[in-house]
Amino acid sequence: MSFHKLSLKLVAATLLAGTALPAFAQDSVYVPLFTYRTGPFAGSGTPIADGMHDYLRMLNERDGGIGGVKLVLEECETGYDTKKGVECYESVKGKNPVVVNPWSTGITLPLIPRASVDKIPILSMAYGLSASARGDIFPWVFNPPATYWDGLSMIVKYIGEKEGGLDKLKGKKIGFLHLDASFGKEPLPLLQELAKQYGFEVALYPVAAQDMQNQSSQWLSARRDRPDYMIMWGWGSMNGAAIKEAVRSGYPMDKFYSVWWPGEDDARSGGAGAKGFKMLNWHAVGANFPAIQDIQKHVVDKGLSKAPKDKVGELLYNRGVYNSLLIAEGIATAQKLTGKKAVTGEDVRRGMENIKLDPARLKELGLEGFTDQLVLSCADHNGHRAAFMQEWDGTKWVKISNPIEPMTEQVRGQLEAAAKDYSEKNAGWPKRTEACDKAS
Amino acid sequence: MDILYKVFIEPFVFMGEAPDLLIQTLWEGLVSGVLYALIALGFVLIFKASGVFNFAQGIMVVFSALTLVGLYEKGVPAFLALILAVLVMLVLAIVVERVVLRPLVNQPDIILFMATFGLTYFLIGFGELIFGGNPKEMITDALFLPQGTTELDMLGGMVRFQHLDIAAAVIASIMIALLAVFFSKTRVGRALRAVADSHKAALSVGISLNQIWVIVWFAAGIVALVAGIMWGARSGVSFSLQVIALKALPVLILGGFTSIPGAIIGGLIIGIGEKLGEFYWGPLVGGGVETWLAYVIALLFLLYRPQGLFGEKIIERI
Repeated sequence: MSFHKLSLKLVAATLLAGTALPAFAQDSVYVPLFTYRTGPFAGSGTPIADGMHDYLRMLNERDGGIGGVKLVLEECETGYDTKKGVECYESVKGKNPVVVNPWSTGITLPLIPRASVDKIPILSMAYGLSASARGDIFPWVFNPPATYWDGLSMIVKYIGEKEGGLDKLKGKKIGFLHLDASFGKEPLPLLQELAKQYGFEVALYPVAAQDMQNQSSQWLSARRDRPDYMIMWGWGSMNGAAIKEAVRSGYPMDKFYSVWWPGEDDARSGGAGAKGFKMLNWHAVGANFPAIQDIQKHVVDKGLSKAPKDKVGELLYNRGVYNSLLIAEGIATAQKLTGKKAVTGEDVRRGMENIKLDPARLKELGLEGFTDQLVLSCADHNGHRAAFMQEWDGTKWVKISNPIEPMTEQVRGQLEAAAKDYSEKNAGWPKRTEACDKAS
Repeated sequence: MDILYKVFIEPFVFMGEAPDLLIQTLWEGLVSGVLYALIALGFVLIFKASGVFNFAQGIMVVFSALTLVGLYEKGVPAFLALILAVLVMLVLAIVVERVVLRPLVNQPDIILFMATFGLTYFLIGFGELIFGGNPKEMITDALFLPQGTTELDMLGGMVRFQHLDIAAAVIASIMIALLAVFFSKTRVGRALRAVADSHKAALSVGISLNQIWVIVWFAAGIVALVAGIMWGARSGVSFSLQVIALKALPVLILGGFTSIPGAIIGGLIIGIGEKLGEFYWGPLVGGGVETWLAYVIALLFLLYRPQGLFGEKIIERI
């Protein structure tokens, strides 16, 4: 084949490929998914990416999309890298995305000021800037169903109850093992505040991203400090390595708590010694829900998913499903509010403010009992919902508590101060001009 | 005065008060140090033979360990998977020599160094394509690596020795001894040392540079595999392991880029130094000193002994 012919064929192939690119027409809405299937955080990022993709893909396959419009899904690999995440945002914003999910607190922070300018809602589900729960100050950012501060207050509350009351925490020492990054530092102000209020001591154990798999120093220090409890704020391979090191160092696992991010693989890596490890969660684990069965039938069985069959229904997979449930509800509610099929980012922002996921709606969606109800509003972009404690029994997660409500008073005070501080530090932070819907 | 007391007196008082914790810290440092030394050895081998700082050594640790675990997950028996992983490292060595090194022969060292950058990113992408990005568990049981802990009551306290750590220290020591014997007592080893001294002189007496490069890259691959197995057994096999390999840089600065004993001593100084630093002085600055302490130690050595503890003093006419 001559070079000339080969060139022509290449040009033709490129043109054909161009026509196969996602078309953002009137009969579709564009939903970019920021994911990380590569890099040190892929262990957490991959199952979440699978769950997010598969739920939305299932809606396309089963229902033809949402309200008669197809969802155009496109993944952008961030590698959990803030720079790459912002590049992803810049590359998708011209395609009229209806919502962006950064899936990283570090990526969320630089996107917050961009969101109101570009009119693209940011969904940072249970991560990101805690203060962005304030809809009156951050109209374009949503972080349901609970903030990191809610989560921390729930763990402290649970530990307090175990001790016989929060006042019994006086004189105790709580270790805080955290990723030394924006995400891991986010709950620190509240932790210091709670320590002051209840008289417990805090020992900090920062883990640098490059040392996530080299934590022997942190656990050696924990042996020196003898914290009565250890709370973990970890992500990616940090979680599994921490559980392993805790087992190795002989730390009592029934005193080891985590925010809602470890998955089954992390707990499994600790072997039999990981039994008793506890973490917060707010949704079910398992595939025994009609909507997830539909994912199996319409997506996984047809080979349209990247998830191995046995991973469907695992904790972080279902976390991704929950994230997409919020996206889908935001779109569906926006369609109802505006009467339009192909809604825009501005419409979905309104839709998100009117999300009402009550038990009846969850049943209608095939997710009865999957999670607690969630109602968002113009002022409250979070919901501050309760979570429950679950424990690793050696092979699976077991729910061991009733819903734990966050310490609303303490959290609200911190939240308002932080939101005020944010708007003051960011000179010219715009006052909310977006109207509130009556219902919200 | 208070700060001087906290820096110069308090840590030593605490060492005396809790000697069991001192022993534990030294042990943890020793194990880390041996593993750092193992990774540093991979760098030294290639640097000795070709003058190239192989930036890809870290990803070779991950790639070799993932190959082993990946093959096992596909149903290959553990020891066959181990042999196949060794063969994969041999193939990699041949490919690197043919595709990367041979076309760049006689190019400045910095060009070869940049080529190893390219190799790193190729191996990351290739590894993720083949094995996926998810962390994997090392097949500790299948390889008959010991598990469990021995707790010894000593010095008024208790010291925990992980059997896996003991095995890591023993295996790494055997590995280092074998390499030392190989390079000092065998014909290939002598040829390698000749190449390290002078490429041109080695060529003039009939030593094949290409063969030597394949051998050292293969040896570095085996070292990477052993390091990957031991680190992987401690904390799982994931792509974040490659970052740990960068700890070998201060080890090399300390021990010298061309010295096998230097890599060992350097590894131990860095391993023990950073654990002691983090444990006794870390709390003064809120912890997290381990991340940079190794580089500070290396920098201090660099000021007084630029060639490292055992490195060759290079005197060039200018």
